[in-house]
Formats: sequence, structure tokens, C-alpha cells
Amino acid sequence: MPLLDVRDLSVVFQQGGKPFTAVDGVSFTVEPGQAVGLVGESGCGKSVTSLAIMGLLPRRGNKVTGEVLFDDTDLLRLRPQDLRDRRGRDIGMIFQDPLSSLNPVIPLGLQVAEVLERHQGKKRQEALREARKLLDAVGIPDPTRRLKEFPHQLSGGMRQRALIAIALACKPRLLIADEPTTALDVTIQAQILTLLKELVDESGTALIMITHDLGVVAGLCDTVNVLYAGKVVERAARHELFAAARHPYTHGLLQSVPRLDAGRGGRLHQIRGSVNDNIPWPDGCAFAPRCDRVIDACIGETVPLEPTFRGGALRCTNPVPQEVPA
Amino acid sequence: MTRPGGLSTLAEHKRRRIDELTARTAQAGGVSLIRDAGRRLLRNPTAIVGATIILLFLVIAIFAPLVAPHDPVQRFPELTQDLTVDHIPGPTAGHPLGSDPLGRDFASRMVYGARQTLFVGVLATMIGLLIGVLLGAIAGAVGGWVDVLIMRFTDVMLALPSLLLAITLVALARESTQWTVIMAVAIVNVPIFARLLRGSMLAQRESDHVLAARALGVKRRDVVTRHMLPNSLTAVIVQATLTFAVAILDAAALSFLGLGDPDINRAEWGLMLGVDGVRYFEVRPELAYFPALAIILVALGFTLLGESMREALDPKNRR
Repeated sequence: MPLLDVRDLSVVFQQGGKPFTAVDGVSFTVEPGQAVGLVGESGCGKSVTSLAIMGLLPRRGNKVTGEVLFDDTDLLRLRPQDLRDRRGRDIGMIFQDPLSSLNPVIPLGLQVAEVLERHQGKKRQEALREARKLLDAVGIPDPTRRLKEFPHQLSGGMRQRALIAIALACKPRLLIADEPTTALDVTIQAQILTLLKELVDESGTALIMITHDLGVVAGLCDTVNVLYAGKVVERAARHELFAAARHPYTHGLLQSVPRLDAGRGGRLHQIRGSVNDNIPWPDGCAFAPRCDRVIDACIGETVPLEPTFRGGALRCTNPVPQEVPA
Repeated sequence: MTRPGGLSTLAEHKRRRIDELTARTAQAGGVSLIRDAGRRLLRNPTAIVGATIILLFLVIAIFAPLVAPHDPVQRFPELTQDLTVDHIPGPTAGHPLGSDPLGRDFASRMVYGARQTLFVGVLATMIGLLIGVLLGAIAGAVGGWVDVLIMRFTDVMLALPSLLLAITLVALARESTQWTVIMAVAIVNVPIFARLLRGSMLAQRESDHVLAARALGVKRRDVVTRHMLPNSLTAVIVQATLTFAVAILDAAALSFLGLGDPDINRAEWGLMLGVDGVRYFEVRPELAYFPALAIILVALGFTLLGESMREALDPKNRR
């Protein structure tokens, strides 16, 4: 049984004029201890999906439908207070910007301690001792001193380590990491990813990694869901995806990554337009206006997400042909 | 329970040290934020000047009986004997600032005036702050029609000039005492704090660290009290300092207009300026100069300190 089973999740924003569908019938599962990637460019609905799972979308101005089954409990239908009890305890979350995600006027120690007090009923002293251990565990040097320091006194890498410590404090079974390395230097990125991988492997925590960085996916995820315009367009195991991406969008994303072995002077592949382009046909493939492989069938009717024989899924009428091994 | 020396004692010592440090962290809360700002304030000459002025007046106010040469309500024969409508005795050996129109020691009245004036200013500001912060926090945290209701209420209050509103409030109270002045000035300042808090709460509701706190399952009440309010505190402290100056001026203005405490024994700068100072300006202008100067100085002190605190407490300036 999967730990998390997202079924047909849709989020429609209704602010002012016409409604905007940010997430459109997304389904995926996360097995215990598995690392799942949600990949896509800005605006494709990755973050909204994660916020919807956590029930953190604003109460007004949007409509969330579908099911988010965590341990067979539908998180979308939980009472707010019950959901609050689960957040931070069963599901942890790491955000993109470590500086703004920490409270600027509260010492680090208390911010780590707070979640322990909240979910494990620990007393302040005990929670602070535990906080020290946690900071130590995520590789923050001199944790006793850091407990008293404020977020602005820490370096970017240390702040993200601290956020990870907070998110993992109650040993959640699922960790959602929303672009955890985007705001960091490349060297720090690598450290943070290694740390995440270690901690996740060690504790058996399942991970949803939300990113636009295929390098992160390559290093960390077991399964990858590629999102485009609020829909899952391709799902595959990591090496399947990197060896033979079928969807033209995924293919384009992989081609867009600069490669050292491509030789100098070669032109970097780019995908035309942006995800915000208006789609002139309501039913057909949303990627069609930017697609190199577009055919008539793409724009006429709804393109379903169909399972592939390798256990993944694909939403495309004219997929990239698989390279036949010579 | 004594243990043999060596490593275990060292470990024991280390552990106790850690406990001690963590215990101190627990109490630290926002303290080191204040300490941090304090350090920066001490390096700012503007703040030093402002703080010195305030401190000076505070010392005078607190130790008024020691500072003042005489009793502020006692009428002295040596002053009353040549007191007429056209002549108020000037400085003499025993009375450094001369007499007031009733033959009382003007210097002593000035000294006791500091007490009255600061008392009114502090109280009016604090009461206004408490009510305003409460209303603003509720408006910002709850939102919806509660927010609309509170904000329209403050709009109405802000639509009237503050002094006019204060006069109206005192008039509504029918009888004028020191407390009606304090309450009137306090209420006039409520909308400023309410708006400040609401704005800060709204900005924070959208902020990442509040989202992060919610993602940790922190209870709504705790999100407001632990994560949002402390972040608004610096703005409130600054505003309070600035409001203080305005409150003193407003209270003085009410007294000046004759809406203050009618007790003729009460020594308050606004009253002294407004009643004696104006009436006898041609006879002895010092009766107006000194209270006016004192009011301006105190207001200046608070404004200087307030402005430099605004700089010092800005989290973006912290290093």
C-alpha cells in the first residue's frame, strides 16, 4: 500500500475574472521510503500541488478537488485541527528560501524546539537539548552556540540545514522538499542534497522532491513525474527517464541541460515559448504550441495519460521514438 | 554523590555547561534582538542626544521633591506681597525663576510639571498602544468582516483631526479631570497602532516563515502570538516612542484650551502655558517660555530617540 496516494488532484484559482486551473487532475503515489520527483518549469503547478497536499493553500479564492490519501486518510477531508496535528509530525516540508522561511526574530534553537514541543509534548529544556542534537545531526558546527543565534547570523547553507533539522525533527514518514537547493550555491547544493539523501535513507522517510533541476532528480529520485501546465505528462523510473524520455517536453528539458561532452560552439537546445502561452484549443495537448513533434491529433481531442509497458505513464499522441540499441 | 576526577567530571562539567547555555537560550527570546539594537543605538549620536534629554526629564520627574527648591503649591509671602496684575516678581535668591501669578515658586512648579506631563504622556501612549495593538492584531489575524468593521472604525477616527477628536471626547465626558485627558489622548492614538499592527499582520500572513510555521502544524493561536506578533513588535516600539511626543503635545494642547484638569494646584506644562502663560504674557513672558520650551524639548527627545530606534530595530540593518 502506498504511503501517499494522490488521486485526480485539481486546484482551480478563482480570483477576479475567469478561473485558472493550476493543477489539473494530477495523480501519483509515493511508497514508504521512496523518493519521488515532481519536475517541471516555473508555473507548471509543482508548488501548488505540494501546498494542496499539505492543505496550506489560502482558504479563499481556490477550489481543491480529488483525494490525497495519506495512510488511507484523505487529507483534503480532514478537519483543520486534525490536519494541523499531522503537519510537521507525519509530513515535513522544506521550502525554497531558507532565510525567509525562518522567523527572523526567534533564535534558531527555539524554532527547532517549537515543533518538538508542539508534536511530542516535550518541555522547553528537553526540546532544546533535542534541538541541539538535531542541529548536530544535520552537520551544523558548534550547535550549542547556534541555538542562540538568529537566522541572519547563519550562512545560507546552515539555514537550509536548520530547516531540514526542523522538518525532520519529529521523524515524519513523508518529507516534501520544494526546490530546497534553488537559493543556494552549487557547492552548498551538493552538500544539502547529499545530506538529504543520507537522512532520508537512514530514517526511511519517503521524499517528494519538487524541482526544475534535472540534476537533482538524477541524484536523488527513484521515480519522476514530469508536470506540464498542471498535468502529469510523463512518469518513469529515473534511469528510464534519463535513458529514453518519451514525451517531447521531457526530451526537450533533457536536451536543454548544458553538457560538457557536447563540444564547444554547439547551440544549446531550447524549448520555444513559455508555459504561460495561451492554449488556443481547450481539449488538446497543452504543450502542442511549443512542440516540435506536433501533429493534427494533438490538438483535436483530450490526450489521456496512458501506462507504458515499463511501468510508467505517458500523455502524448506522437512520442519521441525510442532509440533501438544497435 | 561525588565522582572520581578526570574525564567523567569533565564530561559532567561540559554537560552542565550545555544545560546552562540552553536554559539561557530559552529565556533569551527576543532579548538579544533588543540587546543587538541597543548596541547600535549607543553608536548613534542622535539616539544619545534623544535618550539624554528623556533621561534628564525622567530624573527630574522622579526626584521632583529633591530637585525642586520649594513646595509647588505653597504661596510665599515674599512673592505675594508685591504681586499685582501688572507685576509678577522675577527671580530672587530663594526663587530662581521668580513667581507664578499666584505667588508660588515657578521653578518648583516647572519641576513638578515634568512629573505630571510625563505621567500623562506615558499613560496615554500605553493605553492607546494596548487597545490599538489588540484591535489591529485581531483585524489582521481574523480578517473578513471583523477586519472590515475595525478598519472602518479607525477610518472614521482618522477622518477627524486628532485634536478635534480629543476635544470632542473630553466634551463627551462632561467633567474634565486628568483621566479624561489621558483617555482622550489615548483613544485618539488607537487607530495609528491598529493600522500599524494590521498592516504588519497582513504582510506576515503571506510571508514564508508563517507558511513554514503552518507547515509544521503550529496552532493558529501560536502562529499569531509567537510568529507574527514578535515581528511587529519593533514597529510598535518605534511608533510608541513617536506617539509619545504627540501625546504630550496633545495633552498640553487640551490643557492649553482649558479642557484639562481644572485643579489650580496641579502643575502641568500645558496648563501653565495655556492659562498663566497666555494671560500674563505681556507681564512676564517667561511664564509661557519655560513650559513651552520644556514641552518642545521632551517631544524632541522622544522624536530623536524614536527615529534612531526605527533605524536600529530594522531587521534589514542587523548584522
